Amino acid sequence: MQIYLPIAEMSVNVFLILGMGGMVGFMSGLFGVGGGFLMTPLLMFIGVPPAVAVGTEANQIVASSVSGVLAHWRRGNVDLKMGAILTIGGFLGSSFGVWLFKFLRGLGQIDLVISLSYVIFLGIIGTLMLIESLQALRQSKRQAAGTMPRRKLHQHTWIHGLPLKMRFRRSKLYISAILPAAIGFFVGVLAAIMGVGGGFVMVPAMIYLLGMPTAVVVGTSLFQIIFVTANTTFLQATMNQTVDVVLALLLLFGGVIGAQFGAKAGTKLKGEQLRSLLALMVLAVCAKLLFDLVATPSDLFSLGAGGKH
Amino acid sequence: MRRGPFLVALLAALAAVILPAKAQEPLVADLSKHLVAITTGFAGTDVLLFGAVDEPGDVVVVVRGPARAEIVRRKERAGGIWVNTGSATVENAPMFYGLAATRPLDEIASPAVLDRHQIGFRHLDLRIVSEDQVSKSDYRDALIRLKKRRSLYSDVVLPINFLGQRLFRTEMHFPSNVPVGTYSVEVYLFKNGEVVSAQTTPLIISKIGVGAEVFDFAHQQGPIYGIIAIILAVSAGWLAATAFRKG
Repeated sequence: MQIYLPIAEMSVNVFLILGMGGMVGFMSGLFGVGGGFLMTPLLMFIGVPPAVAVGTEANQIVASSVSGVLAHWRRGNVDLKMGAILTIGGFLGSSFGVWLFKFLRGLGQIDLVISLSYVIFLGIIGTLMLIESLQALRQSKRQAAGTMPRRKLHQHTWIHGLPLKMRFRRSKLYISAILPAAIGFFVGVLAAIMGVGGGFVMVPAMIYLLGMPTAVVVGTSLFQIIFVTANTTFLQATMNQTVDVVLALLLLFGGVIGAQFGAKAGTKLKGEQLRSLLALMVLAVCAKLLFDLVATPSDLFSLGAGGKH
Repeated sequence: MRRGPFLVALLAALAAVILPAKAQEPLVADLSKHLVAITTGFAGTDVLLFGAVDEPGDVVVVVRGPARAEIVRRKERAGGIWVNTGSATVENAPMFYGLAATRPLDEIASPAVLDRHQIGFRHLDLRIVSEDQVSKSDYRDALIRLKKRRSLYSDVVLPINFLGQRLFRTEMHFPSNVPVGTYSVEVYLFKNGEVVSAQTTPLIISKIGVGAEVFDFAHQQGPIYGIIAIILAVSAGWLAATAFRKG
Protein backbone atom coordinates (compact mmCIF):
# COMPACT_ATOMS: atom_id res chain seq x y z
CA MET A 1 0.00 0.00 0.00
CA GLN A 2 1.54 3.27 -1.14
CA ILE A 3 1.09 6.56 0.64
CA TYR A 4 2.16 9.96 -0.65
CA LEU A 5 4.21 11.98 1.83
CA PRO A 6 3.14 15.61 1.41
CA ILE A 7 6.38 17.30 2.52
CA ALA A 8 8.93 14.75 1.34
CA GLU A 9 6.98 14.80 -1.98
CA MET A 10 7.41 11.12 -2.66
CA SER A 11 5.36 8.01 -2.33
CA VAL A 12 6.42 5.24 0.03
CA ASN A 13 5.12 1.86 1.08
CA VAL A 14 3.20 2.20 4.36
CA PHE A 15 4.40 -1.18 5.62
CA LEU A 16 8.04 -0.36 4.91
CA ILE A 17 7.78 2.77 7.08
CA LEU A 18 5.84 0.96 9.81
CA GLY A 19 8.41 -1.85 9.71
CA MET A 20 11.30 0.59 9.98
CA GLY A 21 9.57 2.32 12.88
CA GLY A 22 8.97 -1.03 14.55
CA MET A 23 12.53 -2.24 14.08
CA VAL A 24 14.15 0.96 15.35
CA GLY A 25 11.54 1.07 18.14
CA PHE A 26 12.55 -2.45 19.14
CA MET A 27 16.20 -1.39 19.30
CA SER A 28 15.39 1.69 21.33
CA GLY A 29 13.26 -0.32 23.74
CA LEU A 30 15.98 -2.94 24.02
CA PHE A 31 18.89 -0.56 24.55
CA GLY A 32 17.11 2.44 26.03
CA VAL A 33 18.30 4.82 23.32
CA GLY A 34 16.23 7.15 21.16
CA GLY A 35 17.12 5.46 17.90
CA GLY A 36 17.42 8.70 15.94
CA PHE A 37 20.95 7.79 14.92
CA LEU A 38 19.56 4.68 13.21
CA MET A 39 16.36 6.16 11.79
CA THR A 40 17.75 9.28 10.13
CA PRO A 41 20.32 7.37 8.01
CA LEU A 42 17.64 4.74 7.20
CA LEU A 43 15.23 7.41 5.99
CA MET A 44 17.90 8.93 3.77
CA PHE A 45 18.71 5.47 2.49
CA ILE A 46 15.12 4.93 1.23
CA GLY A 47 15.28 8.26 -0.60
CA VAL A 48 13.77 10.77 1.83
CA PRO A 49 15.65 14.06 1.27
CA PRO A 50 18.22 14.55 4.11
CA ALA A 51 16.61 17.80 5.21
CA VAL A 52 13.19 16.18 5.55
CA ALA A 53 14.66 13.13 7.30
CA VAL A 54 16.34 15.32 9.92
CA GLY A 55 13.32 17.59 10.49
CA THR A 56 10.83 14.74 10.68
CA GLU A 57 13.00 12.62 12.94
CA ALA A 58 13.20 15.49 15.44
CA ASN A 59 9.41 15.48 15.54
CA GLN A 60 9.26 11.73 16.10
CA ILE A 61 11.82 11.90 18.91
CA VAL A 62 9.56 14.38 20.74
CA ALA A 63 6.95 11.61 20.92
CA SER A 64 9.28 8.77 21.88
CA SER A 65 10.96 10.90 24.56
CA VAL A 66 7.60 11.90 26.08
CA SER A 67 6.55 8.28 26.28
CA GLY A 68 9.97 7.31 27.69
CA VAL A 69 10.24 10.06 30.28
CA LEU A 70 6.90 9.26 31.94
CA ALA A 71 8.16 6.00 33.44
CA HIS A 72 11.28 7.75 34.81
CA TRP A 73 9.16 10.63 36.09
CA ARG A 74 6.98 8.30 38.14
CA ARG A 75 10.08 6.78 39.71
CA GLY A 76 11.43 10.23 40.53
CA ASN A 77 14.45 9.79 38.26
CA VAL A 78 14.29 13.22 36.65
CA ASP A 79 16.49 16.02 37.99
CA LEU A 80 14.33 18.99 37.04
CA LYS A 81 16.86 21.66 37.88
CA MET A 82 19.62 19.96 35.90
CA GLY A 83 17.14 19.33 33.12
CA ALA A 84 16.22 23.01 33.00
CA ILE A 85 19.86 24.14 32.75
CA LEU A 86 20.57 21.57 30.02
CA THR A 87 17.42 22.70 28.22
CA ILE A 88 18.48 26.35 28.22
CA GLY A 89 21.78 25.37 26.63
CA GLY A 90 19.97 22.97 24.32
CA PHE A 91 17.53 25.63 23.13
CA LEU A 92 20.33 27.96 22.12
CA GLY A 93 22.32 25.10 20.62
CA SER A 94 19.49 23.68 18.54
CA SER A 95 18.52 27.16 17.31
CA PHE A 96 22.09 27.71 16.19
CA GLY A 97 22.10 24.20 14.72
CA VAL A 98 19.01 24.80 12.57
CA TRP A 99 20.52 28.05 11.33
CA LEU A 100 23.81 26.26 10.58
CA PHE A 101 21.85 23.56 8.78
CA LYS A 102 20.23 26.12 6.49
CA PHE A 103 23.57 27.83 5.88
CA LEU A 104 25.35 24.57 5.01
CA ARG A 105 22.48 23.48 2.80
CA GLY A 106 22.98 26.65 0.77
CA LEU A 107 26.67 25.86 0.42
CA GLY A 108 25.89 22.33 -0.73
CA GLN A 109 27.86 20.80 2.13
CA ILE A 110 25.03 19.64 4.40
CA ASP A 111 25.19 15.98 3.35
CA LEU A 112 28.91 15.91 4.04
CA VAL A 113 28.54 17.56 7.45
CA ILE A 114 25.73 15.17 8.44
CA SER A 115 27.78 12.13 7.38
CA LEU A 116 30.97 13.39 9.01
CA SER A 117 29.19 14.17 12.29
CA TYR A 118 27.73 10.68 12.29
CA VAL A 119 31.06 9.01 11.57
CA ILE A 120 32.93 10.99 14.21
CA PHE A 121 30.41 10.74 17.03
CA LEU A 122 29.22 7.21 16.40
CA GLY A 123 32.87 6.14 16.04
CA ILE A 124 33.96 7.69 19.34
CA ILE A 125 30.91 6.69 21.36
CA GLY A 126 30.76 3.19 19.89
CA THR A 127 34.43 2.51 20.60
CA LEU A 128 34.26 3.83 24.16
CA MET A 129 31.10 1.89 24.85
CA LEU A 130 32.54 -1.32 23.46
CA ILE A 131 35.74 -1.02 25.55
CA GLU A 132 33.77 -0.17 28.66
CA SER A 133 31.25 -2.97 28.30
CA LEU A 134 33.90 -5.57 27.50
CA GLN A 135 35.79 -4.54 30.65
CA ALA A 136 32.57 -4.75 32.63
CA LEU A 137 31.88 -8.21 31.22
CA ARG A 138 35.36 -9.37 32.24
CA GLN A 139 34.98 -7.71 35.62
CA SER A 140 31.64 -9.30 36.40
CA LYS A 141 33.28 -12.68 35.88
CA ARG A 142 36.15 -11.76 38.17
CA GLN A 143 33.82 -10.23 40.72
CA ALA A 144 32.42 -13.59 41.59
CA ALA A 145 35.83 -14.56 43.01
CA GLY A 146 37.49 -11.28 44.07
CA THR A 147 36.65 -7.79 45.28
CA MET A 148 35.88 -4.59 43.43
CA PRO A 149 37.60 -1.35 44.47
CA ARG A 150 35.15 1.27 45.72
CA ARG A 151 35.01 4.25 43.35
CA LYS A 152 34.78 7.86 44.41
CA LEU A 153 31.49 9.55 43.49
CA HIS A 154 33.38 11.70 41.01
CA GLN A 155 36.81 13.23 40.48
CA HIS A 156 37.43 16.86 41.35
CA THR A 157 39.02 18.78 38.48
CA TRP A 158 39.37 22.34 37.15
CA ILE A 159 35.71 22.08 36.13
CA HIS A 160 34.73 22.45 39.76
CA GLY A 161 36.49 25.81 39.93
CA LEU A 162 34.14 27.51 37.46
CA PRO A 163 31.83 30.30 38.73
CA LEU A 164 28.00 30.28 38.95
CA LYS A 165 27.90 27.26 41.21
CA MET A 166 24.56 25.63 41.79
CA ARG A 167 23.31 22.80 43.94
CA PHE A 168 21.58 19.93 42.15
CA ARG A 169 19.90 17.90 44.88
CA ARG A 170 18.68 14.94 42.88
CA SER A 171 22.07 14.53 41.22
CA LYS A 172 23.90 15.13 44.52
CA LEU A 173 26.13 17.70 42.81
CA TYR A 174 27.40 21.18 43.56
CA ILE A 175 28.86 22.42 40.29
CA SER A 176 28.95 25.43 38.00
CA ALA A 177 25.84 25.88 35.81
CA ILE A 178 28.12 26.80 32.90
CA LEU A 179 29.17 23.21 32.34
CA PRO A 180 25.70 21.62 31.88
CA ALA A 181 24.61 24.63 29.81
CA ALA A 182 27.63 24.18 27.53
CA ILE A 183 26.97 20.46 27.18
CA GLY A 184 23.31 21.23 26.43
CA PHE A 185 24.36 23.73 23.76
CA PHE A 186 26.77 21.33 22.08
CA VAL A 187 24.32 18.43 22.05
CA GLY A 188 21.60 20.81 20.79
CA VAL A 189 23.71 21.71 17.76
CA LEU A 190 24.32 18.02 17.04
CA ALA A 191 20.63 17.21 17.50
CA ALA A 192 19.57 19.82 14.98
CA ILE A 193 22.16 18.87 12.36
CA MET A 194 22.06 15.10 12.74
CA GLY A 195 18.34 14.63 13.35
CA VAL A 196 18.90 12.81 16.61
CA GLY A 197 17.88 13.41 20.21
CA GLY A 198 21.51 13.37 21.22
CA GLY A 199 21.01 10.91 24.08
CA PHE A 200 23.99 8.88 22.95
CA VAL A 201 26.24 11.91 23.50
CA MET A 202 24.29 13.39 26.40
CA VAL A 203 24.24 10.27 28.58
CA PRO A 204 28.02 9.67 28.60
CA ALA A 205 28.62 13.41 29.04
CA MET A 206 26.35 13.46 32.08
CA ILE A 207 28.04 10.45 33.62
CA TYR A 208 31.68 11.21 32.86
CA LEU A 209 31.80 15.03 32.62
CA LEU A 210 29.15 16.05 35.16
CA GLY A 211 29.47 13.02 37.41
CA MET A 212 25.73 12.50 37.74
CA PRO A 213 24.46 9.29 39.34
CA THR A 214 23.42 6.77 36.68
CA ALA A 215 19.87 6.45 38.07
CA VAL A 216 18.84 9.99 37.12
CA VAL A 217 20.85 10.24 33.89
CA VAL A 218 18.43 8.62 31.45
CA GLY A 219 15.30 10.32 32.82
CA THR A 220 16.92 13.75 32.88
CA SER A 221 18.40 13.28 29.42
CA LEU A 222 14.99 12.28 28.00
CA PHE A 223 13.39 15.23 29.77
CA GLN A 224 15.64 17.77 28.10
CA ILE A 225 15.56 15.96 24.73
CA ILE A 226 11.79 16.64 24.60
CA PHE A 227 12.39 20.38 24.69
CA VAL A 228 15.39 20.40 22.40
CA THR A 229 13.71 18.29 19.71
CA ALA A 230 10.47 20.28 20.07
CA ASN A 231 12.50 23.43 19.44
CA THR A 232 14.21 21.78 16.47
CA THR A 233 10.84 20.67 15.08
CA PHE A 234 9.45 24.18 15.41
CA LEU A 235 12.46 25.85 13.80
CA GLN A 236 12.79 23.29 10.98
CA ALA A 237 9.07 23.72 10.25
CA THR A 238 9.37 27.51 10.29
CA MET A 239 12.68 28.05 8.53
CA ASN A 240 13.03 25.07 6.23
CA GLN A 241 9.53 23.52 5.94
CA THR A 242 11.04 20.07 6.32
CA VAL A 243 8.80 18.40 8.93
CA ASP A 244 6.56 15.74 7.41
CA VAL A 245 3.85 14.96 9.97
CA VAL A 246 2.46 12.07 7.94
CA LEU A 247 5.87 10.37 7.91
CA ALA A 248 6.42 11.18 11.60
CA LEU A 249 3.08 9.67 12.64
CA LEU A 250 3.72 6.49 10.66
CA LEU A 251 7.19 6.08 12.19
CA LEU A 252 5.76 6.77 15.61
CA PHE A 253 3.07 4.16 15.33
CA GLY A 254 5.56 1.44 14.41
CA GLY A 255 8.06 2.72 16.93
CA VAL A 256 5.72 2.66 19.92
CA ILE A 257 4.82 -0.97 19.35
CA GLY A 258 8.40 -2.02 18.61
CA ALA A 259 9.64 -0.31 21.76
CA GLN A 260 7.34 -2.39 23.96
CA PHE A 261 8.66 -5.65 22.54
CA GLY A 262 12.21 -4.34 22.76
CA ALA A 263 11.81 -3.44 26.42
CA LYS A 264 10.52 -6.94 27.17
CA ALA A 265 13.38 -8.59 25.30
CA GLY A 266 15.81 -6.30 27.13
CA THR A 267 14.91 -7.71 30.53
CA LYS A 268 16.25 -11.09 29.43
CA LEU A 269 19.75 -9.75 28.72
CA LYS A 270 22.43 -8.46 31.10
CA GLY A 271 23.33 -4.77 31.08
CA GLU A 272 26.89 -5.37 29.85
CA GLN A 273 25.72 -7.68 27.09
CA LEU A 274 23.19 -5.08 25.99
CA ARG A 275 25.79 -2.33 25.95
CA SER A 276 28.30 -4.34 23.96
CA LEU A 277 25.59 -5.24 21.43
CA LEU A 278 24.59 -1.59 21.16
CA ALA A 279 28.23 -0.60 20.75
CA LEU A 280 28.63 -3.06 17.88
CA MET A 281 25.52 -1.70 16.18
CA VAL A 282 26.66 1.89 16.58
CA LEU A 283 30.02 0.96 15.07
CA ALA A 284 28.32 -0.85 12.18
CA VAL A 285 26.32 2.27 11.27
CA CYS A 286 29.50 4.31 11.59
CA ALA A 287 31.43 1.94 9.31
CA LYS A 288 28.70 2.03 6.66
CA LEU A 289 28.68 5.84 6.60
CA LEU A 290 32.47 6.01 6.55
CA PHE A 291 32.55 3.59 3.65
CA ASP A 292 30.11 5.80 1.72
CA LEU A 293 32.35 8.82 2.30
CA VAL A 294 35.53 7.09 1.20
CA ALA A 295 34.33 4.82 -1.61
CA THR A 296 34.20 6.31 -5.08
CA PRO A 297 30.56 7.32 -5.65
CA SER A 298 28.72 5.80 -8.60
CA ASP A 299 28.17 9.30 -9.95
CA LEU A 300 30.47 12.22 -9.14
CA PHE A 301 27.67 14.64 -9.91
CA SER A 302 24.55 15.18 -7.84
CA LEU A 303 21.47 17.35 -7.98
CA GLY A 304 21.49 20.01 -5.29
CA ALA A 305 18.56 20.75 -3.05
CA GLY A 306 19.25 24.45 -3.45
CA GLY A 307 16.79 24.93 -6.26
CA LYS A 308 13.88 23.72 -4.20
CA HIS A 309 11.00 26.14 -3.52
CA MET B 1 -5.35 -3.69 -21.11
CA ARG B 2 -7.96 -1.98 -19.01
CA ARG B 3 -8.41 0.93 -21.35
CA GLY B 4 -8.94 -1.22 -24.45
CA PRO B 5 -12.72 -0.90 -24.95
CA PHE B 6 -12.71 2.70 -23.80
CA LEU B 7 -9.99 3.57 -26.25
CA VAL B 8 -11.62 1.91 -29.22
CA ALA B 9 -14.89 3.71 -28.54
CA LEU B 10 -13.06 6.97 -28.09
CA LEU B 11 -11.01 6.63 -31.24
CA ALA B 12 -14.10 5.64 -33.21
CA ALA B 13 -15.95 8.69 -31.96
CA LEU B 14 -12.95 10.85 -32.66
CA ALA B 15 -12.57 9.47 -36.16
CA ALA B 16 -16.24 10.02 -36.89
CA VAL B 17 -15.96 13.63 -35.87
CA ILE B 18 -12.69 14.62 -37.41
CA LEU B 19 -12.18 12.50 -40.49
CA PRO B 20 -14.68 14.36 -42.66
CA ALA B 21 -13.02 17.62 -41.68
CA LYS B 22 -9.49 16.48 -42.46
CA ALA B 23 -8.86 19.18 -44.98
CA GLN B 24 -8.74 21.83 -42.25
CA GLU B 25 -7.10 19.80 -39.51
CA PRO B 26 -3.93 17.94 -40.44
CA LEU B 27 -3.38 16.95 -36.80
CA VAL B 28 -5.73 16.49 -33.87
CA ALA B 29 -4.75 15.08 -30.50
CA ASP B 30 -6.02 14.96 -26.96
CA LEU B 31 -5.22 13.44 -23.57
CA SER B 32 -7.22 10.91 -21.59
CA LYS B 33 -7.11 13.43 -18.73
CA HIS B 34 -5.99 17.01 -18.39
CA LEU B 35 -5.51 16.92 -14.67
CA VAL B 36 -3.27 14.54 -12.77
CA ALA B 37 -4.29 14.68 -9.12
CA ILE B 38 -1.65 13.77 -6.57
CA THR B 39 -3.75 12.32 -3.78
CA THR B 40 -2.71 10.49 -0.62
CA GLY B 41 -2.62 7.17 -2.46
CA PHE B 42 -0.74 8.51 -5.51
CA ALA B 43 1.90 6.12 -6.78
CA GLY B 44 2.47 7.45 -10.29
CA THR B 45 0.03 7.39 -13.18
CA ASP B 46 -0.28 6.90 -16.92
CA VAL B 47 -1.81 9.42 -19.26
CA LEU B 48 -2.97 8.33 -22.67
CA LEU B 49 -2.43 10.59 -25.65
CA PHE B 50 -4.41 9.82 -28.77
CA GLY B 51 -5.02 11.61 -32.02
CA ALA B 52 -5.37 11.48 -35.75
CA VAL B 53 -3.45 12.81 -38.73
CA ASP B 54 -4.90 13.51 -42.17
CA GLU B 55 -2.16 11.68 -44.06
CA PRO B 56 0.79 9.48 -43.10
CA GLY B 57 3.75 11.18 -41.48
CA ASP B 58 5.88 11.03 -38.36
CA VAL B 59 4.45 12.04 -35.04
CA VAL B 60 6.59 13.28 -32.13
CA VAL B 61 5.23 14.01 -28.66
CA VAL B 62 7.09 16.12 -26.10
CA VAL B 63 5.87 16.48 -22.52
CA ARG B 64 7.54 19.45 -20.89
CA GLY B 65 7.30 20.31 -17.22
CA PRO B 66 7.73 23.87 -15.95
CA ALA B 67 11.32 25.14 -16.01
CA ARG B 68 13.25 26.13 -12.94
CA ALA B 69 16.84 26.69 -11.83
CA GLU B 70 18.58 23.48 -10.85
CA ILE B 71 21.92 23.18 -9.05
CA VAL B 72 24.26 20.39 -10.10
CA ARG B 73 27.21 19.66 -7.82
CA ARG B 74 30.44 17.83 -8.55
CA LYS B 75 32.43 15.77 -6.06
CA GLU B 76 36.17 15.51 -5.79
CA ARG B 77 38.38 13.52 -3.48
CA ALA B 78 39.86 15.65 -0.69
CA GLY B 79 41.79 14.15 2.18
CA GLY B 80 40.48 10.67 1.44
CA ILE B 81 36.78 11.54 1.34
CA TRP B 82 34.52 12.75 -1.43
CA VAL B 83 33.51 16.39 -1.10
CA ASN B 84 31.35 18.66 -3.26
CA THR B 85 33.83 21.07 -4.80
CA GLY B 86 32.27 22.51 -7.93
CA SER B 87 28.77 23.41 -8.94
CA ALA B 88 26.77 24.79 -11.83
CA THR B 89 23.32 26.27 -12.10
CA VAL B 90 21.11 25.21 -14.95
CA GLU B 91 18.81 28.19 -15.12
CA ASN B 92 16.00 26.73 -17.21
CA ALA B 93 15.95 22.99 -16.65
CA PRO B 94 12.51 21.54 -17.34
CA MET B 95 11.31 19.70 -14.24
CA PHE B 96 10.02 16.93 -16.46
CA TYR B 97 10.77 15.96 -20.03
CA GLY B 98 9.05 13.05 -21.75
CA LEU B 99 9.54 12.04 -25.34
CA ALA B 100 7.67 9.73 -27.71
CA ALA B 101 8.09 9.31 -31.47
CA THR B 102 7.15 7.00 -34.30
CA ARG B 103 10.77 6.55 -35.39
CA PRO B 104 14.23 7.47 -34.04
CA LEU B 105 14.47 11.27 -33.96
CA ASP B 106 17.49 11.57 -36.25
CA GLU B 107 15.57 9.72 -38.98
CA ILE B 108 12.62 12.08 -38.65
CA ALA B 109 14.28 15.48 -38.96
CA SER B 110 17.62 17.25 -39.22
CA PRO B 111 19.38 18.52 -36.06
CA ALA B 112 18.58 22.11 -37.03
CA VAL B 113 14.86 21.39 -37.08
CA LEU B 114 15.03 19.49 -33.77
CA ASP B 115 17.03 22.38 -32.27
CA ARG B 116 14.39 24.87 -33.32
CA HIS B 117 11.65 22.98 -31.48
CA GLN B 118 13.94 21.69 -28.69
CA ILE B 119 13.02 18.09 -29.35
CA GLY B 120 15.37 15.55 -27.77
CA PHE B 121 17.95 16.00 -25.02
CA ARG B 122 20.73 16.92 -27.44
CA HIS B 123 18.57 19.74 -28.73
CA LEU B 124 17.46 21.27 -25.45
CA ASP B 125 18.56 24.86 -25.07
CA LEU B 126 19.85 24.84 -21.46
CA ARG B 127 21.46 27.94 -19.98
CA ILE B 128 24.27 26.82 -17.69
CA VAL B 129 26.15 29.16 -15.36
CA SER B 130 29.32 27.80 -13.80
CA GLU B 131 32.72 28.94 -12.61
CA ASP B 132 34.04 25.42 -12.28
CA GLN B 133 36.96 24.24 -14.40
CA VAL B 134 34.93 21.28 -15.61
CA SER B 135 33.19 21.99 -18.89
CA LYS B 136 29.55 23.00 -19.00
CA SER B 137 28.69 20.07 -21.21
CA ASP B 138 29.76 17.72 -18.40
CA TYR B 139 27.28 19.45 -16.14
CA ARG B 140 24.67 19.30 -18.86
CA ASP B 141 25.16 15.56 -19.30
CA ALA B 142 25.09 15.09 -15.53
CA LEU B 143 21.78 16.93 -15.20
CA ILE B 144 20.16 14.80 -17.87
CA ARG B 145 21.62 11.58 -16.47
CA LEU B 146 20.50 12.38 -12.90
CA LYS B 147 17.02 13.39 -14.01
CA LYS B 148 16.71 10.19 -16.03
CA ARG B 149 17.69 8.18 -12.97
CA ARG B 150 14.83 9.82 -11.07
CA SER B 151 12.50 8.95 -13.97
CA LEU B 152 11.81 12.64 -14.55
CA TYR B 153 13.37 12.64 -18.02
CA SER B 154 12.42 9.77 -20.27
CA ASP B 155 15.21 7.30 -20.59
CA VAL B 156 14.21 6.12 -24.06
CA VAL B 157 12.08 7.64 -26.78
CA LEU B 158 8.75 5.94 -26.19
CA PRO B 159 7.01 4.38 -29.17
CA ILE B 160 3.91 5.86 -30.78
CA ASN B 161 1.60 3.24 -32.22
CA PHE B 162 -0.46 3.82 -35.29
CA LEU B 163 -3.82 2.11 -35.63
CA GLY B 164 -4.16 1.95 -39.37
CA GLN B 165 -2.97 4.97 -41.31
CA ARG B 166 -4.47 7.82 -39.36
CA LEU B 167 -5.02 7.09 -35.69
CA PHE B 168 -2.18 7.07 -33.22
CA ARG B 169 -1.80 6.61 -29.50
CA THR B 170 0.93 6.63 -26.91
CA GLU B 171 0.98 6.21 -23.19
CA MET B 172 3.04 8.49 -20.98
CA HIS B 173 4.06 7.56 -17.47
CA PHE B 174 4.35 10.03 -14.60
CA PRO B 175 6.24 8.65 -11.57
CA SER B 176 5.20 9.27 -7.98
CA ASN B 177 7.85 11.96 -7.53
CA VAL B 178 6.51 14.02 -10.44
CA PRO B 179 6.72 17.75 -9.67
CA VAL B 180 3.50 19.74 -9.65
CA GLY B 181 2.80 22.49 -12.17
CA THR B 182 1.36 23.20 -15.57
CA TYR B 183 2.92 20.95 -18.18
CA SER B 184 2.67 21.34 -21.89
CA VAL B 185 2.12 18.37 -24.13
CA GLU B 186 3.36 19.19 -27.62
CA VAL B 187 2.40 17.04 -30.58
CA TYR B 188 4.29 17.53 -33.84
CA LEU B 189 3.51 16.12 -37.25
CA PHE B 190 6.58 15.81 -39.49
CA LYS B 191 6.60 15.32 -43.23
CA ASN B 192 9.84 15.13 -45.21
CA GLY B 193 11.83 16.36 -42.26
CA GLU B 194 9.74 19.47 -41.64
CA VAL B 195 7.03 20.25 -39.11
CA VAL B 196 3.78 20.55 -41.01
CA SER B 197 1.50 20.81 -38.03
CA ALA B 198 1.74 21.10 -34.27
CA GLN B 199 -0.60 21.25 -31.35
CA THR B 200 0.00 22.07 -27.69
CA THR B 201 -2.26 20.83 -24.92
CA PRO B 202 -1.83 21.81 -21.26
CA LEU B 203 -1.65 19.14 -18.58
CA ILE B 204 -2.01 20.18 -14.98
CA ILE B 205 -0.33 18.16 -12.27
CA SER B 206 -1.53 19.21 -8.89
CA LYS B 207 -1.76 18.03 -5.31
CA ILE B 208 -5.32 17.43 -4.21
CA GLY B 209 -6.93 16.54 -0.90
CA VAL B 210 -5.40 16.14 2.53
CA GLY B 211 -1.81 15.97 1.27
CA ALA B 212 -2.21 19.25 -0.62
CA GLU B 213 -3.69 20.94 2.42
CA VAL B 214 -0.87 19.71 4.64
CA PHE B 215 1.69 20.97 2.12
CA ASP B 216 0.06 24.40 1.75
CA PHE B 217 -0.36 24.74 5.48
CA ALA B 218 3.28 23.79 6.15
CA HIS B 219 4.48 26.39 3.67
CA GLN B 220 2.11 29.22 4.52
CA GLN B 221 1.77 28.79 8.28
CA GLY B 222 5.17 27.32 9.18
CA PRO B 223 5.15 28.28 12.89
CA ILE B 224 1.59 27.03 13.51
CA TYR B 225 2.35 23.85 11.57
CA GLY B 226 5.42 23.31 13.77
CA ILE B 227 3.40 23.78 16.95
CA ILE B 228 0.72 21.37 15.75
CA ALA B 229 3.41 18.82 14.89
CA ILE B 230 4.81 19.12 18.43
CA ILE B 231 1.36 18.82 20.06
CA LEU B 232 0.64 15.74 17.93
CA ALA B 233 3.93 14.15 18.94
CA VAL B 234 3.54 14.93 22.65
CA SER B 235 0.00 13.55 22.80
CA ALA B 236 0.95 10.47 20.77
CA GLY B 237 3.87 9.78 23.11
CA TRP B 238 1.75 10.29 26.20
CA LEU B 239 -1.01 8.12 24.78
CA ALA B 240 1.43 5.32 24.00
CA ALA B 241 2.92 5.40 27.49
CA THR B 242 -0.45 5.25 29.25
CA ALA B 243 -1.91 2.66 26.87
CA PHE B 244 0.93 0.22 27.37
CA ARG B 245 1.11 0.81 31.10
CA LYS B 246 -2.43 -0.42 31.60
CA GLY B 247 -2.23 -3.10 28.93
